[in-house]
Amino acid sequence: MIQIRIHGRGGQGVVTAAELIAIAAFKSGKQAQAFPSFGVERTGAPVEAYARIDNNPIILREQIYQPNVLIIQDASLLDNFDMSKGADKKTIAIINTAKDKSNLNINLPKANVYTIDATKIAMEIIGKNIVNTVILGAFARITDLVSLDALKQAIAEKFAGHDELIAKNIKAVEQAYKNN
Amino acid sequence: MNNTKNNQQMLEGSRAIALTIKNIGPAVISAYPITPQTHIVEDLAKFKADGEANYEYVRAESEFAAASIVLGASATGVRAYSATSSQGLLLMAEVIYNIAGMRLPIVMTCANRSISAPINIWNDQQDVMTIRDAGWILLFSENHQEAVNQHVMAFKLAEQLKLPVMVNVDGFIMTHTYEPVIIPSVEQIKKYLPDYRPEAGQYLDSASPATLGALATPAHYMEIRQELHEDLTASLKTIEREFKNFTGQGLIEYSGHKNPETILIAMGSVIGTIKETVGKSDKIGILKIKCFRPFPAEQILKIIKSAKNIAVIDKSISLGHIGTLASEIKAIAQGKIKANISSFIVGLGGRDITREMIKKIIKLANKKSDKAQFIGK
Repeated sequence: MIQIRIHGRGGQGVVTAAELIAIAAFKSGKQAQAFPSFGVERTGAPVEAYARIDNNPIILREQIYQPNVLIIQDASLLDNFDMSKGADKKTIAIINTAKDKSNLNINLPKANVYTIDATKIAMEIIGKNIVNTVILGAFARITDLVSLDALKQAIAEKFAGHDELIAKNIKAVEQAYKNN
Repeated sequence: MNNTKNNQQMLEGSRAIALTIKNIGPAVISAYPITPQTHIVEDLAKFKADGEANYEYVRAESEFAAASIVLGASATGVRAYSATSSQGLLLMAEVIYNIAGMRLPIVMTCANRSISAPINIWNDQQDVMTIRDAGWILLFSENHQEAVNQHVMAFKLAEQLKLPVMVNVDGFIMTHTYEPVIIPSVEQIKKYLPDYRPEAGQYLDSASPATLGALATPAHYMEIRQELHEDLTASLKTIEREFKNFTGQGLIEYSGHKNPETILIAMGSVIGTIKETVGKSDKIGILKIKCFRPFPAEQILKIIKSAKNIAVIDKSISLGHIGTLASEIKAIAQGKIKANISSFIVGLGGRDITREMIKKIIKLANKKSDKAQFIGK
């Protein structure tokens, strides 16, 4: 079972990102589960969401304490919190930042840390600093847990009825996929 | 491999329930849209607004009103549904008792959440326990599929037995979680659940006048309440049959070791985490209770009679005594089995229930204690 923990701030679409991973994994033929950390959600406050992917039905309901993949939507969180809590030597982190990974405060082997300037892609293509879908393009490329096609389908399903939003998000995801 | 081939969809729990209710097609839905509420009624309102559903959707001014509106609708002889949670259910309490007393076949979802104070909107099962004695059939589901199935069954049971049914789903843990689920189609539901046709005298109809919820003096009240109790108790057979017919399973479910030394008993979504914790070689059994009222005493006793230790895991407590389900298990065990029965309280107010906590409970299960043991870490 693969456990994915997403960290971000309220308003960044952290919960939606977990849901998109679950939908995309499911469309890729896997079993999946996604849920938020059910915190008091305030804009800007640290938020977590979780996704699990497996070949068998997932019945475990506890939050994710031993992540295989960390997605960090806002690198400023690294300065104040231990994002790698519960990680092991194989855990990888995908971090939205313009900085070089050697300047990031995360307790993981450097080879396991991937960075993407999702904010830049989001601003250029979506026109807003909404990075949750963008970073998933990198996630698909790096982990191969979901296909790019399944991810695009998940975006189309999740944002059904908002055609322009879907088109922009898919374009941004493709860009992120290509860059990594 | 394509999961969509077997009609599974990846859905949020609330949406899965809302789609099921839409396919069942009640005539009237009423709810009060404020925290603590769920996406269930939000989705149902949207289906109506988008022209995808034919029910009357009545937005009430309070939970008390929402319950009263479905009571009134059901009294006119149509299928009625509502959903609530936490403080909302408490505000409905007076009407909840009336619905059962008037033998109205209403179905309601309770997204189980904690009760104030302190204010807390997260999951536990304290809310439903406040109406435990109201005369409703109370079902509990572990996952989305069970919740969906129980909603379809709930209408059949309610209409057949002239008793209201509440389907309990763990708030957030199920209502806000995405997982694969199959939603039965309108056609599939129609085959199982016939159109609702109440008998004359059961509802308000000028062609066949009747009074519902009239005054009963001390000369009659007691017999009427006794009848409700006896009907509810006797309904267990029908409930068990419908569980078998519709899901192929019983109203309790045992898994784990064949000759267990310890049996863990619980209701709702925590069962999944318990199953993940217990290893195949452990002499441990897991008993899931899906029907809490009427209480399946005989079925439970049959399973637990040979165990040495029974650990009852509750997300609710009768403050000043022990866990709600633990209290029931102790009551049915009286004089029948000798096992050591202990009461463990977990997950109050949304405290995450971890495998570590379940391991701790397993370790404590063979130690005698008559007190409620809180496992918060």
